[in-house]
Amino acid sequence: MNAMTSDPVTRETAPVQAARPAAPARTGLGLMLRLELSESLRSRWFHFYSVVAIGLMLLLIVTGISESRVLGFTGLSRLLVTYIQIMMAVLPLFIVVTTARSMVGDREAGNLEYMLAFPVSLRVWYWGRFLARLMLVLAPIGVALALAAGYGVAMGRAVPWAHVGLYSGLVAALSACFLGIGFLISAVSRSTEVALGASLLIWLALVAFLDLLLLSILIQQNFVPEFVIGIALANPLQSFRTASMILFDPQLILLGPASYVILDHFGVTGYVAWAMAYPTVLGLAMAALGYWRFSRGDLV
Amino acid sequence: MITIERLTKRFDRRAVLDELTLSIAAGDRIALIGSNGAGKTTLFRCLLGHYRHEGRVGFDGAAGGRRDATALSRIAFVPQLPPPLRMPVGELLSFAEKGAGADRALMGQIAERMGIDLDEVRKRPFYRLSGGQKQKILVTVALGRNADLMIFDEPSANLDPAARAVFIDLLAERRDASMLIASHRLEEVAPLVNRVIEMDRGRVVLDDAVMDRLKAGEFRRAEIVLNAPHAPFALALAAWGFAANGAGTRFTGPVPAAETFRFLGLLARYGSLIESLSLDQAPERVN
Repeated sequence: MNAMTSDPVTRETAPVQAARPAAPARTGLGLMLRLELSESLRSRWFHFYSVVAIGLMLLLIVTGISESRVLGFTGLSRLLVTYIQIMMAVLPLFIVVTTARSMVGDREAGNLEYMLAFPVSLRVWYWGRFLARLMLVLAPIGVALALAAGYGVAMGRAVPWAHVGLYSGLVAALSACFLGIGFLISAVSRSTEVALGASLLIWLALVAFLDLLLLSILIQQNFVPEFVIGIALANPLQSFRTASMILFDPQLILLGPASYVILDHFGVTGYVAWAMAYPTVLGLAMAALGYWRFSRGDLV
Repeated sequence: MITIERLTKRFDRRAVLDELTLSIAAGDRIALIGSNGAGKTTLFRCLLGHYRHEGRVGFDGAAGGRRDATALSRIAFVPQLPPPLRMPVGELLSFAEKGAGADRALMGQIAERMGIDLDEVRKRPFYRLSGGQKQKILVTVALGRNADLMIFDEPSANLDPAARAVFIDLLAERRDASMLIASHRLEEVAPLVNRVIEMDRGRVVLDDAVMDRLKAGEFRRAEIVLNAPHAPFALALAAWGFAANGAGTRFTGPVPAAETFRFLGLLARYGSLIESLSLDQAPERVN
């Protein structure tokens, strides 16, 4: 039937009419969280990331790395420290790259235009996404650490629960940090290419300023020690790296010069607290800055 | 219901909306027309709070924030291009139900009339549907909501003729909501609207309140001359009460003033056959 010849008034079908709800409908944080969780659970990046995070732990267990002894680490401690050192390279890069392109990608594709036409406040939408991503990033690592602990129990070995707890906290702090950086990049970038480039650049800069790389060169070139130590303290990757090793045998050769000095000043407890609090606060601040920028610009 | 005052939106200093002032009353059904780049989509995005802008957009007298969730709960929107959402259709419907108050049963009825089986597509990712199917789902979601204002940006672009006709019927039946419909096919939405707004370079260049001038009970006299007889067209005009000459090339008859757009829509389909057309400018009452 053509539109011009149809007569809506005399149609036999019942007119469509929506019931009027008692209160205005609104998308809450719980619903937003569920939506983002299920959206990410379906995504390839999460599948790949889970395989890497859990598969790596399984690989380390299978290859019997817990049987070896290097620089004083042995047993499950050796397994955990190896795992966490590898994850330090993988996790930040993965988080920042996948997060930075997520929002800007949605904007380019037109998903934001549609989804933000629903009655969801920007605050709920943005922070719901942040929380969901944080949960998803942590879940595979949690599974991997649980696998390691389970393996230790099954083999009748002493499980270093303090180390498991420390690593869980450090991973959570590092994840929050890079997630915040990713959200900030995504909020300010106008294209996926720019977001990807910026995220890689930031990751490279942070890796370059690790103690054993550029910081060592700075020390060699007789830079002001406070400046070098300031960089080491400000680099969340460096905080993570140092804190992940200081429960063992904090030697200069292992930690690097700047971290060794910092540890000498802070003490183990102080440094662990710094390594957990600082990246978390930095990440939340970055995410908040991203929200501020996002909510004040054009959304689509 | 909506008051827009001196709305200006610039991109790189170029004003896409240029001090646009407009008011939309409850019950207004507006066809928004204009060439590409006239500012229709930008206007929609400003209304939805997607764009930062100069000027004021007020909903029910209150200026509100730039993106007021309470105001958005009263607006349903169908974009020009369906977004490539990865979520399954069922999840989108569920989100619309829980997060925007869409009526599940009503969405089922609408989808059925649009010719899409929700049970069949429920588990399929939205982006994997065909263009037409996506558009039907978006229309289903929009019409399933209890919105006071419905914004459609070229809503029938991907629909086949049958679905387009059903869509127009569904809109016509939805009498409780105001509508703002951007369309390049004025003849298609003409039967629905009581107001036509034409935009050009970010300004309103025509705001024609159709119902004011074309009241029910008033008629226009039309005379149409064809370049050759055409049976289907003659049949269509007979349904409007037109009389034909012996050769079947000249038709005269009354056009209800309130149905003028619908009539012109009919003529548009046979445009190539029409040699001349006259339509009384001033409505005359037929006793």
